[in-house]
Amino acid sequence: MGPVAWLGLGVFLAWSVVNLDVNPERVARGLARLGSVAARAVPPDFSRGGLLADGILESIEMATLSTLFGVLLGVPVAVLAARNVVSLPVYAGGRATITLGRTLHELIVAILFVKAVGFGALAGILTLTLNSVGFFGKLLAEAIETIDRGQIEAVRATGASRGGVLLYAVLPQVLPRIVGLTIYQWDIHLRQSTIIGIVGAGGIGATLYNAFSRYDYDFVLAILLVIVAIVLIGEAVSAVARRWVE
Amino acid sequence: MLVVSDLVKTYPTGDRALRGVSFTLEGHDAVFVIGSSGAGKSTLLRCLNRLIEPDRGSVRLDGQEVTTLEGAALRAARRRMGMIFQEFNLVERLTVMENVLSGRLGYVSLWEAWRRRFPPADVEAAYRTLDRVGLAGFENKRADALSGGQRQRVGIARALVQRPRILLVDEPTSSLDPRTSEAVLRLIVDLAAEDGIPALINIHDVPLARQFARRVLGMRSGEIVYDGPAGGLTGGTLGQIYDGAAGLAPDRS
Repeated sequence: MGPVAWLGLGVFLAWSVVNLDVNPERVARGLARLGSVAARAVPPDFSRGGLLADGILESIEMATLSTLFGVLLGVPVAVLAARNVVSLPVYAGGRATITLGRTLHELIVAILFVKAVGFGALAGILTLTLNSVGFFGKLLAEAIETIDRGQIEAVRATGASRGGVLLYAVLPQVLPRIVGLTIYQWDIHLRQSTIIGIVGAGGIGATLYNAFSRYDYDFVLAILLVIVAIVLIGEAVSAVARRWVE
Repeated sequence: MLVVSDLVKTYPTGDRALRGVSFTLEGHDAVFVIGSSGAGKSTLLRCLNRLIEPDRGSVRLDGQEVTTLEGAALRAARRRMGMIFQEFNLVERLTVMENVLSGRLGYVSLWEAWRRRFPPADVEAAYRTLDRVGLAGFENKRADALSGGQRQRVGIARALVQRPRILLVDEPTSSLDPRTSEAVLRLIVDLAAEDGIPALINIHDVPLARQFARRVLGMRSGEIVYDGPAGGLTGGTLGQIYDGAAGLAPDRS
């Protein structure tokens, strides 16, 4: 890099610090305030267990339903986005669909769906389903693209139709991957379902947001602890299930 | 009867794999195609059932032109050509029976195929064919649990259960040890003769071809440079086919 570029970068960084009001004094004050929030959060308040359980249950339901819908949509999209089983124009369409599902962060998508269908779990399910089409579709498409071509060739040679080739040559080769990815997707959705409630898309996130806005920090801590527990349990279930599949 | 005339295939890379190949297969002879790697043997077989599209030329199977067929008609033509592969190309995670029945995929609906509900006659034929290739009782084993020789027998059964009018056999023994190679090749030749169909067999191994073939096609650089009896494979003709010194027959690679 030339001296002009270095100078430019320096000016930009200095201007950013001033413009964004980054200064150590504010950081120090913030930390002190964080301490007082933490002090008010201990001990965690589990007295509103019903509210907590409802939120968590809704998150788990959202994660499970959106994984189901996401896989049902993601499998065909993945097939359409695998270069070795479809023609170039179809492939382009499949890839575009996957990219569409991956472009926007799930929080932005959640806001859009909340605007469309209103507050609640439905917006969350739609968000996570769309997210699946991108994530699950992309990884499965890549799995399909790396399968053994010889098996495809052999089944084509029998005079099988495209569907026959998919059923007998492609599906058997990617079935373990489909199962593994489904479990992994559920695990990820469980985590995401705890956050999108903050923008009104249902689940424990909504409970968390309400507790924050009421300064119920002890309840907030209870919610956070339950989220951590549920995510850890989800991860454990996912790990065990995937090992069992493979 | 298979009549191939002036078949041409040039790959997008510029590789001229076939430069006008013509020959006729009649009766139920096993015809062996020899030639070095890259001579166009594999391309030739795949242009016959159009796993690879030939650029030009004609392939007529029992009077029907194959090169112009589309869709269902092309698939119907493929049904009548059983193919056997070098790497066996079994669907590894399926059972032996499912692999053999996949030879009937051209005949059943997708719904039947999905539910593994093949017509009883097909299932019966699959059992009978497994018996013929010496794998009776193996039907519920998974393909990836078999030895190389057993896998190739499943490959043979899959091709035969199509009730083909011709067998296209691509280097069936290159992944097998010498003893198994001979047994597998004998099986292919015998079963094709029993069913009264011709077989076109690509092979690397000239001694094996000599042992089994009556007629041999020699390919070099996309052309047939020898078409005659196996007995005519002298040092001179082999030199012509393999582009090397006369009398130097190449080993299996």
